[in-house]
Amino acid sequence: MILSAEEWGIVRLSLLIGGTAMLVTLPIAFVLAWALARGRFPGRVLLDGIVHLPLVVPPVVTGWALLLAFGPAGPVGRWLADWFGVSVLFRWTGAAIAAAVMALPLVVRAIRLSIEAVDPRLEQAARTLGAGRARVFATITLPLCAPGILAGMVLGFARSIGEFGATITFVSNVPGETATLPLAIYSALQRPGGEDMVWRLASVSVVLSLVALIASEWLARRMGRGLHVL
Amino acid sequence: MSFDVDVAVRRGEGRIAARFVTGPGATVLFGPSGVGKTTILQMVAGLVRPESGHVRVGGETLFDATARIDVRPEHRRIGYVFQEPRLFPHRRVAANLRYGMGRGGGDWDGIIAMLGIGHLLDRWPRSLSGGEARRVAIGRALLSDPRVLLLDEPLSSLDRARRGDILDALVAVRDRSGIPILMVTHDPEEAERIATAIVRL
Repeated sequence: MILSAEEWGIVRLSLLIGGTAMLVTLPIAFVLAWALARGRFPGRVLLDGIVHLPLVVPPVVTGWALLLAFGPAGPVGRWLADWFGVSVLFRWTGAAIAAAVMALPLVVRAIRLSIEAVDPRLEQAARTLGAGRARVFATITLPLCAPGILAGMVLGFARSIGEFGATITFVSNVPGETATLPLAIYSALQRPGGEDMVWRLASVSVVLSLVALIASEWLARRMGRGLHVL
Repeated sequence: MSFDVDVAVRRGEGRIAARFVTGPGATVLFGPSGVGKTTILQMVAGLVRPESGHVRVGGETLFDATARIDVRPEHRRIGYVFQEPRLFPHRRVAANLRYGMGRGGGDWDGIIAMLGIGHLLDRWPRSLSGGEARRVAIGRALLSDPRVLLLDEPLSSLDRARRGDILDALVAVRDRSGIPILMVTHDPEEAERIATAIVRL
């Protein structure tokens, strides 16, 4: 299948946005997953609910909420403008933020499950062998949940590439800047004679998603066997 | 005086309490299942916090409720062989054995020979039999240079031949290493075989 230069640009942009979204999401998702898996604090159920909101709220509403936060009058938007002189509106960075927020629940879920799967009795054993909390985390907990973290990342990446509703609401559909695969497919559908492009871009989407899904499943299964991949 | 233990903790409806002072050699905590023998070991190791009392090992206070002393488990230098081997599944046997070895390390060659685990070093824990995993767990605890050894039903869920092997190894540990042992069991035969002193619960 031959893609035009324009179509390659769309694929590259989608990969850039999906990859950036995952890099931003990973540390945040890990901290949230850790708090939800191991934390004992009031409001844990509430936090769990908030993290999962993007999964159940209409994406348009999530996009609108991002617009309120990152818009020129929004708290985050004003802070970004004052300190860095930048705005994420109509930019690929904004699309990455939308993708990150939409993927967050999936990534947190996967990492949380992998943390919960680590047997705390192994961590106890490590402590009686003289390892402090930091060493136990680095040598026991983290390696044992690493496959789950990777699986969550890959799944979140696939979700990011498919993001539509929140992105188009938040940063609009700007070719070459925020027009990722789904948005470009939507545009091509509106255009007379755009069917061929729709077919090609849709095929790329399906292949990318399938590869990511299989990779994620494979990693998760490795975790189930108690193997480490790193 | 190896162990000077006086601990109590509430567990659900009941209360687990024990008080004993031991000499050198192996002391066996003997009693039926469910009286909280494992919890007592966990309190000695610092994995469960007693509500009152004290834990002294080799003259050093590791826990004292009134003096508000509670040494962290990683600083207690207590070798703990759990009821399950608890080997780290992502590390080979050799890396498991080395995990607790500090700067000085223990007597690597001597301990491996005594336990007969030299041929297992390159294996993954999941490929070991129950008896092999048990011996590696004992070796891992010994190599962490502990001042005392806690053994929780080290012979449970092993067949007869394996039990004999491990028992011989434990007697060797008791006689050759000179490390005081506190062992939990509900089997009178085991208790007789290894105990220098028996505490009935």
